[in-house]
Amino acid sequence: MSFDDAYAALTDHQDDTRWAYGTGFSDPLAGVPTDVPGGVDAADLTAYCLMLGDDALIMSHRLQQWVTRAPELEDEMALANIALDLLGQARLLLTRAAQAEGAGRDEDDLAFRRDAADFRHVRLAERADADFAHLVARLLVFVTWRLAVLDGLRGSRDPVLAAIAAKGVKELTYHREYAAQWVVRLGDGTAESHRRMRAAMHAVWPAIGELFRPHPVPDRLAEAGVAVPAAAARAEVDAVLSQVLAAAGLPPPTATDGGATDGGAGRDGAHTAALDEILAEMQGVARATPGGLW
Amino acid sequence: MTGDGERAFTQTLERDQRVEPRDWMPDGYRRTMIRQIAQHAHSEIIGMQPEGEWITRAPTLRRKAILLAKVQDEAGHGLYLYSAAETLGADRGDLTRRLIEGRQKYSSIFNYPTLTFADVGVIGWLVDGAAICNQVPLCRSSFGPYARAMIRICKEESFHQRQGYELLMTMMTGTPAQRETVQDAVNRWWWPSLMMFGPPDADSPNTAQSMAWKIKRHTNDELRQRFVDMTVPQAQALGVTLPDGELAWNAERGHYDFGAPDWAEFKRVLAGDGPMNARRIAHRRRADADGAWVREAAAAHAAKQSRAAGQARAAEGSVPA
Repeated sequence: MSFDDAYAALTDHQDDTRWAYGTGFSDPLAGVPTDVPGGVDAADLTAYCLMLGDDALIMSHRLQQWVTRAPELEDEMALANIALDLLGQARLLLTRAAQAEGAGRDEDDLAFRRDAADFRHVRLAERADADFAHLVARLLVFVTWRLAVLDGLRGSRDPVLAAIAAKGVKELTYHREYAAQWVVRLGDGTAESHRRMRAAMHAVWPAIGELFRPHPVPDRLAEAGVAVPAAAARAEVDAVLSQVLAAAGLPPPTATDGGATDGGAGRDGAHTAALDEILAEMQGVARATPGGLW
Repeated sequence: MTGDGERAFTQTLERDQRVEPRDWMPDGYRRTMIRQIAQHAHSEIIGMQPEGEWITRAPTLRRKAILLAKVQDEAGHGLYLYSAAETLGADRGDLTRRLIEGRQKYSSIFNYPTLTFADVGVIGWLVDGAAICNQVPLCRSSFGPYARAMIRICKEESFHQRQGYELLMTMMTGTPAQRETVQDAVNRWWWPSLMMFGPPDADSPNTAQSMAWKIKRHTNDELRQRFVDMTVPQAQALGVTLPDGELAWNAERGHYDFGAPDWAEFKRVLAGDGPMNARRIAHRRRADADGAWVREAAAAHAAKQSRAAGQARAAEGSVPA
């Protein structure tokens, strides 16, 4: 490519490799077998992919809201990168949900033309972050849990889910490292950062129980060798969180972890007002332009 | 000593070679380079805002991913450029102070608002297009770290421009309302884009020195002409009208003739009186203030770690062999 000619610079169309999933111009699922494997209930697979896809989509949205607001440029890059990875996972999972559903919808129908009660993410994903400590507390819990789940999904009988999980595990390993490092830095840093980090962990704790609440869809799919039972990731998540909290010099939060006692669950479409706010922002332009092409 | 250094510096320029950070250079060259690179870095950082506002509202997931990746690239460009400025003895924290205290400038294009999602496409097409015209020659800047940074940045900018143009192309095949939105965005961004090349040559007092130092390779008016010549056929292919009644092909010159931007507006915006100046800086200042306790904590943690490592080394040393 010549840099002496601005025009020539614009015709260099071949260099898409460094981009995260789906920013280029090619079909992201090209070559992946998309038939629903025998013995797997397509409606369950659809519902499960929506759960995991919505988790990533909504968490990514909250991270996107941090762009241009991070404490340092390095974190600006890291948070955008994590948001982009999760968005990429969401797109693959929503596309898989739409394929399994077979009703002619696509990722954008699912993201932009569903109402709040039809979203299936855990409520942890939709919480707003009061400050950077709340963000890294929530991120640590979310990605630690997701990494444990996707690690188990690498052996899924659904080849698409297995491929998405294999890609996601690499990404989430880095995300967990990033979040854990910040929790340790803030827990150890100054008196103020310690106070904030402790308050943030305390605030996020009641949202943890919901992550492991048994649900018939993943439990049925687990029996078919497709999914990970909701409760299965608990031991790993507890171990990692204890380790990080200890390294950060933070006492285990005394708040209840929510568990099974706390009202409805995001997996059944029970959400907070935070989701209405997210959807108003996320879906506004798409819904205001019926028939629009982007 | 200075005499030798000065001779070497002049020779480097004459041979069209690169000046490197440890080479002798005139103070004025150093100051000018720091200012130019810092302003470019600030522009990348402030430039994240007008488009960043649309990430959460992008109407498809693919466009959201493209935009998020682009804004992330801009943060990367900023980081890369601040590092280039640091090779000249500047400090990133100090440059950030200068930005948020209004003591150093950034490209005034980012003081205009982004009103619709079409603005995202038009910024990619016109603003990044103008930036490319400005920056491609800077890949041959006489200051090595800046020239090398520019090669990577231009490559990514050209990718952004292509994506912006492709968004507009798609929108133009959509609804009539979408086509109107694209035309409206073009109307609003065309003149500010032309202003990105700076004042006319006659009013650009620093151009001669910068050309002599080979940190600028073409005059403002040359680059502006290049941009217009490149953009007119793209506008035709897109199906939009550029809002300039004087725009016409001049066969004799082999270039398009075009009207003069409103230079009074340019000066007003540059002086801080644009539609968004106060908000852009206030946003940056708030992010900086909100992040202060985080940076302090990171520094305190790092200091504790290195003290602990030092004590561990000392304890190890005191153990008898």
